[in-house]
Amino acid sequence: MATKLKPVDVVVVGVGVTGAILAKELAETGLKVVGIERGQMRDTYPDFQMPNAHDELKFQRRHELMQDLSRETITFRNNKDETALPMRYLGSFKPGEGVGGAGVHWGTQTWRFSPWDFETRSRTVARYGKNHMAEDCTSQDWGVTYDELEPHFDMFERVYGVCGKAGNLKGKIIPGGNPHEGPRSREFPLPPMKMSYAAALFTQAAQSLGYKPFPVPVSTPSKVYTNPYGLTMNACVYCGYCEGFACEMASKGSPQTTVLPVLMKNKNFELRTLANVIKINLDPAKKRAVSVTYVDSRGREFEQPADLVLLTSYVFNNVRLMLHSGIGKPYDPVTNTGVVGRNYAYQTPSSVTMFFEDKYFNSFMGAGGLGMAVDEFNNDNFDHGGLGFIGGGFIKSVSSGARPIEVRPLPSGSPRWGSAWKKATAHYFNRNFALALQGACQSYRGNYLDLDPTYRDAYGLPLLRMTFDRHDNEHKMSLYITNKAAEIGKATGPSKMNVNPRSGKYTIVPYQSTHNTGGAVMGNDPSTSAVNRYLQSWDVPNVFVIGASAFPQNGGYNPTDTVGALTYWALDAIKNKYLKNPGSLY
Amino acid sequence: MEESSGRRWFLKSVAAVGVAAPAAAFGADPQSHHHRELVSQAGSVKGQSQPQVYGWLTQPEQAFIEAAVARLIPADELGPGAKEAGVSYFIDQQLAGAYGTMARNYKQGPWPEGTAQQGYQSRLMPQEVYRAAIMEINAYCSGRYGKVFEALWAAQQDEVLGDLEAGKVALESVGASFFFGLLLANTMEGFFADPIYGGNRDKIGWQLVGFPGVAAVYSEFIDKHNVPYKAEPVSIADLQQHAVAVDEHGHPLHVLLAKKD
Repeated sequence: MATKLKPVDVVVVGVGVTGAILAKELAETGLKVVGIERGQMRDTYPDFQMPNAHDELKFQRRHELMQDLSRETITFRNNKDETALPMRYLGSFKPGEGVGGAGVHWGTQTWRFSPWDFETRSRTVARYGKNHMAEDCTSQDWGVTYDELEPHFDMFERVYGVCGKAGNLKGKIIPGGNPHEGPRSREFPLPPMKMSYAAALFTQAAQSLGYKPFPVPVSTPSKVYTNPYGLTMNACVYCGYCEGFACEMASKGSPQTTVLPVLMKNKNFELRTLANVIKINLDPAKKRAVSVTYVDSRGREFEQPADLVLLTSYVFNNVRLMLHSGIGKPYDPVTNTGVVGRNYAYQTPSSVTMFFEDKYFNSFMGAGGLGMAVDEFNNDNFDHGGLGFIGGGFIKSVSSGARPIEVRPLPSGSPRWGSAWKKATAHYFNRNFALALQGACQSYRGNYLDLDPTYRDAYGLPLLRMTFDRHDNEHKMSLYITNKAAEIGKATGPSKMNVNPRSGKYTIVPYQSTHNTGGAVMGNDPSTSAVNRYLQSWDVPNVFVIGASAFPQNGGYNPTDTVGALTYWALDAIKNKYLKNPGSLY
Repeated sequence: MEESSGRRWFLKSVAAVGVAAPAAAFGADPQSHHHRELVSQAGSVKGQSQPQVYGWLTQPEQAFIEAAVARLIPADELGPGAKEAGVSYFIDQQLAGAYGTMARNYKQGPWPEGTAQQGYQSRLMPQEVYRAAIMEINAYCSGRYGKVFEALWAAQQDEVLGDLEAGKVALESVGASFFFGLLLANTMEGFFADPIYGGNRDKIGWQLVGFPGVAAVYSEFIDKHNVPYKAEPVSIADLQQHAVAVDEHGHPLHVLLAKKD
């Protein structure tokens, strides 16, 4: 029997990138806020300190900072005719667990989605006609535009200490930046980082082909930085233990470095760790959330009443909690009705790796997102007429820092073991670099999330079931843009080159990206979106569902900056609209 | 059920007979002196006195893994290999602990085979996979070559490993290529992970590829293009034991090696 606790104003479920910001801002308005987090407290000191912060086995291979699958995982199948089976190991994606969530171990690329992304369907139809999108493609407009989000992108980038070079300032194209980006109201808060040899070679090659390379926007400060909350981050030291790791230097934008020190001092906020929310309880009419139920580390069940419930966990748990709680109608792929679980999407990454005999890259140096990029083959920046697909992706040089258990590429056809493998590995470890492509992924009728009929979590509750595969659009797009990247790669003068467009069935085994999206998508039509343009549940207006779960489809960029912008956008609606007049904002 | 347990017993007997011949390996490994010499020749970093003790693997398993990893990453003209790096001890420790028992992995059934896209679906944990597979591979080797794996010639061992990799060997309990993939991945982990886990002895793996281990501050080097940065690798133990000087944040001050390439 659950112990009923004293009511509070706001419950935040999951204290990661979005939850920390919302809790901090709402607690400062005087509201009593409780943050409920399934994992442990973690902080720069003592958890992320040297020398153990630089342990590839512990963090990249054994996933110390990531979700413990023994308690909870997802099940997966490629299509609804298969039986979904549990993801027993982390692979394709790596959700976080604990305070800070995946914001502790992310790779810090801080891209804005483009104006086109937010209006994918209407702009595609306007330019190419209705038949240009696949019949079963359910990609749609977001219900919010880039211009509406711009101030919120700006705020998140100031809070997270993002380095870069603007390419479009209020409509004026600025040399050195991304000419294809949406207009920015002002320059980045920090100048670009120093560039590696790989980035320099890529820049030369891209320019020789007429492209406009620019520094990848990253949240690893190029110099000491104090954010609008008064918190100071150190300058990044290019140690090469970034994505998959926590930063020992407080030089990575994360809840720990940018928000939590202020939040934790606020008496209006209480953090409850090792507490797993299993349900949002609704009133009998199912129109209002009255409380959340969670289980603590000793197995005790608590009911925490609240006026406002914010779902701020990773994509999967946002959707799963809605399904467990009866918030919104579950999606049915057969009738194509219902909304919760609809439009699950992912990404279509690919790569080109160049090998050299006479160039030495010090591949172990770098930072999570360090590199230069071109955006000519992203979004609708190129003519898709006759190509048979929509969307694209950026092409960037990689200098993340090569750790040798995982990052020691060899030319295609090289042996995997034995003396010949050893010789090639010794030679090429510091004599290669890669181009990474962040290919977009459209949404389709057959790709969705629901509850698994067989497998259960440690609390006896059904796991979330993912049904997903990439479609022709994604494979054609990947081949096209990867071949473009290969032309750039070739222009860097390698002796050998691997070209790896994404093809074949989606598999959850090799790492691709922790950029899962959708399932509780936003929009202006309650028959095709689970939350409205303010990320508020259509059915239960005192529940907001905030994160990449709101993306109707996935763009050709890393998602975090857009997640951050949506967070401040929803916050603005909550503070300035909802709290003044609680109820549906649409 | 009856049949299966009978088969298991038969396999055990074969394995026991098979390992009787090279039993000298137990206790004093006649090859270890040779390999220690190799290590001290190759290592520019002072040797660490790591305990070389098996905690979980049985004696036949120790012999199998030592032999197998010595073929996957051989000692050759480029220097010592996986066996000399202590990879078999790394695997022993990993199998005994959280990794071997899937402590942070989903373990509930049912366990249908699934598709390749669905990943690991074995009912067995890695430590059980190794136990079953090694017994069955030794039985296979005894049947085909008249000897268990570690007693075969190097070329024969390579042939067996290649056949496992290609899935050409029919094992009873686990897929051959599945086991090979696990063995290869764990071998690479043991060769390149921090020595704290029992492998990568004297940073053999890091020295091979020019990886400095625990990173220093590279702010003044990242934009020195095409200038090799070659440092004596630093391990977590070096720092915890104060064997290396550090900066204010605890990053090592790397000792750069004389230029030679």
